[in-house]
Amino acid sequence: MSPFIRAHILVCSGAGCVSSGCHEVYDSLMHALENEGILSEVKVIKTGCIGSCDLGPTVLIYPEGTFYQKVKPEDVREIVEEHIVKGRPVARLFPKQATGEVAENISSLNFFKKQVKVVLRNCGVIDPENIYEYVARDGYEALARVLTDMTPKDVIDTIKQAGLRGRGGAGFPTGLKWEFAQRVRSDEKYVVCNADEGDPGAFMDRSVLEGDPHSIIEAMTIAGYAIGASQGYVYVRAEYPLAVSRLTHAIKQAHEFGVLGENLFGSGFSFDLDIRVGAGAFVCGEETALLASMEGKRGMPRPRPPFPANEGLFRKPTLINNVETYANIAPIILKGPDWFRSIGTEKSPGTKVFALAGKINNTGLVEVPMGTTLREIVYEIGGGIPGGKAFKAAQTGGPSGGCIPESLLDISMEYDTLTKAGAMMGSGGLIIMDEDTCMVDIAKFFLQFTQDESCGKCVPCREGTKVMLDILTRITEGKGEPGDIETLESLGKTIKNTALCGLGQTAPNPVLSSIRYFRDEYEAHIHEKRCPGGVCKDLVRYEIDSEKCRGCSLCAKACPTQAIHPVACEAQVAEAAGGEGGHKPKRRAYEIDNSKCQKCGECMSVCRFDAVSRR
Amino acid sequence: MMADQKEKINLTIDGIQVEAYEGEMVLEAARRAGIDIPTLCYHPAIGPIGSCRVCVVEIENGKGLPASCVTPVREGMVVHTNTEVVREARRTVVELILASHPQDCLQCERNGLCELQALAMRLGIRESKFRREKEHRECDTSSVALVRDPDKCILCGRCVNMCAEVQNVAALGFAYRGTDALVTPMFERGLADSKCVSCGQCAKICPVGAIHEKEEWQKVADLISDPDLHVVVQVAPAVRAAIGEEFGIPAGTPVTGKLAAALKRLGFDAVFDTQFTADLTIMEEGTELIERLKMKGPLPLITSCSPGWIRYAETFHPEFIPNLSSCKSPQQMMGAVIKTYYADKAGIDPDKIVSVSVMPCTAKKFECARPEMNSSGQRDVDIVLTTRELARMIKQAGIRFQDLPDETFDAPLGISTGAATIFGVTGGVMEAALRTVYEIVTKKPLAKIEFSKVRGMDGIKEASIDLGDRKVRVAVAHGLSNANKLLEHIKETGEHYDFIEVMACPGGCIMGGGQPRSLDPDIAVKRAAALYAEDRGMEMRKSHENPAVARLYEEFLKKPGSDIAHRLLHTTYESVDKAAAVSRKEAM
Repeated sequence: MSPFIRAHILVCSGAGCVSSGCHEVYDSLMHALENEGILSEVKVIKTGCIGSCDLGPTVLIYPEGTFYQKVKPEDVREIVEEHIVKGRPVARLFPKQATGEVAENISSLNFFKKQVKVVLRNCGVIDPENIYEYVARDGYEALARVLTDMTPKDVIDTIKQAGLRGRGGAGFPTGLKWEFAQRVRSDEKYVVCNADEGDPGAFMDRSVLEGDPHSIIEAMTIAGYAIGASQGYVYVRAEYPLAVSRLTHAIKQAHEFGVLGENLFGSGFSFDLDIRVGAGAFVCGEETALLASMEGKRGMPRPRPPFPANEGLFRKPTLINNVETYANIAPIILKGPDWFRSIGTEKSPGTKVFALAGKINNTGLVEVPMGTTLREIVYEIGGGIPGGKAFKAAQTGGPSGGCIPESLLDISMEYDTLTKAGAMMGSGGLIIMDEDTCMVDIAKFFLQFTQDESCGKCVPCREGTKVMLDILTRITEGKGEPGDIETLESLGKTIKNTALCGLGQTAPNPVLSSIRYFRDEYEAHIHEKRCPGGVCKDLVRYEIDSEKCRGCSLCAKACPTQAIHPVACEAQVAEAAGGEGGHKPKRRAYEIDNSKCQKCGECMSVCRFDAVSRR
Repeated sequence: MMADQKEKINLTIDGIQVEAYEGEMVLEAARRAGIDIPTLCYHPAIGPIGSCRVCVVEIENGKGLPASCVTPVREGMVVHTNTEVVREARRTVVELILASHPQDCLQCERNGLCELQALAMRLGIRESKFRREKEHRECDTSSVALVRDPDKCILCGRCVNMCAEVQNVAALGFAYRGTDALVTPMFERGLADSKCVSCGQCAKICPVGAIHEKEEWQKVADLISDPDLHVVVQVAPAVRAAIGEEFGIPAGTPVTGKLAAALKRLGFDAVFDTQFTADLTIMEEGTELIERLKMKGPLPLITSCSPGWIRYAETFHPEFIPNLSSCKSPQQMMGAVIKTYYADKAGIDPDKIVSVSVMPCTAKKFECARPEMNSSGQRDVDIVLTTRELARMIKQAGIRFQDLPDETFDAPLGISTGAATIFGVTGGVMEAALRTVYEIVTKKPLAKIEFSKVRGMDGIKEASIDLGDRKVRVAVAHGLSNANKLLEHIKETGEHYDFIEVMACPGGCIMGGGQPRSLDPDIAVKRAAALYAEDRGMEMRKSHENPAVARLYEEFLKKPGSDIAHRLLHTTYESVDKAAAVSRKEAM
């Protein structure tokens, strides 16, 4: 190893950046450094996800903290020659922020400014495939302390005092869950990590497994010690191959380093970990369905009680926590419950990772203290809505959650306030919607998802969500009837009250919350046969204003169904009639044949004269 | 009792103070307190499922409306079972089920006896608020015993639980998700291509018309009307313990005399009793046991009366095939005797005989269709009807069963002993065999004729019987998961048994897949009591005392285990996998 390292280059290798070509960037980088003969002076590290996925592939250069976005392999030579060799950063690769400012340093990126990284502390910072880097960031110190200094009760008390709540969605106090599992007497117990992240758009669990797999191994081992289990399983979906491979590698490394396996730290405590790959059914995120799937059965929930803490995997007491929950454990042990409580709010201490998506400038993973307002997330971190459009609503908790309207932008983002607002923390999906969104259509979209993913076991979820979906479909097709809203409300309430598992109990949320805040939109669809968002195809008409149309034909060329044709203007009519002949017509206006129109809106977006309107 | 050892819990249900036991569900506690919470997927014969959500209740300080069938009682719990929100939820749930359910009740096999119909009636559903089209799926008619109509299936999961948990067969399971969800054999194959053993427990427990026996009773009625045919019928012991329930007679009332009368009024040319060949079975199987005890094997000898069990052994435990008694079941013995001995004696061309049997069983339909069951030169038995089908036939004919006088079966194939009667209940074949084997081996009369150790509803029962020069160890298992448990135990520990009785259905034939459906948790005990009472009331209670059987040997079969007895009354078995391999080879 070289005694002197002049620079660290961090190449983000989260799944997003992998798809946008970071491996090629990495290869070019190694090649360029070798060409310059400085390979030994620069350390290039493939890290986990840094969070700003829309900017990928990203390259971060230390010690300066220079942040390059959308780096292509052909940019690499310039970076090496200019930045690394000559010390002149490549300004054209700096990200341009929503505010218009260019950020040449990661510290000046608004996206990162308000973030507090506990869960994602190592993501985008260390090489997830190198256990030394995890250890260098205090990795396995918490485990060492637990095994040498603390009793199981101490550990559970610490977690209880920290007030950590389950990050999987429901927010159940983690310490209590550990205590329940610990109290049950059994010859065998299990620790399970729920990494069956199914909420569309959410990917924080994947990111942690890909970017910091050892943090999960360490936390699960601590949990095993606390409850008296010697075997753990990570249940992860097959759609996360990178997470599976990095975690597999990390488990192997942990074994080699003696932080997993027999007689850990000479304490006599042994713990082992295996991966169980699931086929990616949304319902398998529900803990009893997850356990059934792990046992090789069909992923179908069963009634609780008995809770897994009493009767779980193979009918043995089982502790199940979500990935993000586990990622909080080691820092709590090391820094103490008071430190943890100093972040976030009284009822929801700590941070929460959100997967920011939709109509927002900066998308990606953001980790903020609980209690951060939605406004801060949308406007300060997210950089606001693209195209200067107005914020309409945010969907939290994905298909199980609900929408939060503009009037609640200052809501404190924590478990109880979100539930009170008719939404839900869920796993942290956060989808931003602008004025062009139709709330009925969005509700339909989420219900379609839960309806597809319903396991089909209980009647309210299987049949009820289908009936609700049929009603919503009718409404968006302009066939809504008076009374539909009331039926949706009462049916939604019954489904919430009677469904067997969390999937069904939360499935009506998107519909109920959008009715609560956007009832007028439902009414417009039903009574006026009008879609205020301009989304529902059967309720939208495009028209060309013949006064504004200059006859440029751009719209006609853009139309995929040839629904736009020129119409004879008055001058032409006169000419054809043999009137005042001689002079050419000034213009030919165009017209849309609505029987052919597919309502794609392409004509409107290409028109330069604002002649196309949507009604 | 077990319940007394458990901790007592006090709760309030609808203002009534209720005492319950630790681990008991709210539903059970409520029912004991006289509050009948409506249910649909719940059935006392299987564990709670919690899928239909009809039994929801309101619990003070609780979340949502939990299903009472899967909610354990807690100290101080305050439950309301009949509030406005509960009623509304229940109605909505049932309306949702009806939304995609075929509206062809008038043509349904279960019309009038459908649990969903009864529930809709009880909840006062007068309109169908919701309607959704369900993708049509074809009826599965591949099995000779059972028909599955997926369109009618309400996905309650009873049959799946029954097949997997109680019967350890798991021929049925769920496939697909959401509204596409489907109960089906593996890969959507037909039941005939699955590991189904035709026990029919699924059909008995299905709340609607989605699984039922292949109906043949109308065909039988037509055959009776044909003057050229001689239609004879035999009826199994368990039928008389239950058919009365179909006519409003309380469970547990023996109705043997009325049953014989009804069969005669239906126009059968001869009305015989399968109990006759049950006695014959004891003579053959008893002889087989004595031979095997002498020859030292293969032991244990395992009974072969239950065709569901036989199919199960051939499918899941072919290693025990050498242990199976080579005796045909009483039904098949009767079939062979009717078309040979009886035809000859009555001077009837066996070609003109239609041999019908009435069984508590759907697997008997499968058994009579087995290719090897033709030792009489014809099909030994032509048509098998279930108890339920016979009840339909009686009703169709306008016979007021409950008002019939007692009549008797026709001689000689209608003469039987009490030992044959108890064939219908778990442990009965064993007890009947022991009564005979003891007296033949020891040449002494039994001091106590009743073997109480093999009676009762425990899943596996064991006993040891002193035969003078040696003791025989016997075991009785009923329900296929219990049979499996016993066989696995033998394989694991090498524990020795001489004789084992297995019945596929839990409780034995009285609870067979062709019997009247019942939601009464004590139904098995009541039906068993009917058979034991009948046994007690009989003059002859040991098979070897049956004079008609003795005459059959004298006139025709010579002696138990003779060549002719072997040709007509015994059979062979084959591993299902082996048979499949052979047929694959033949096809190639």
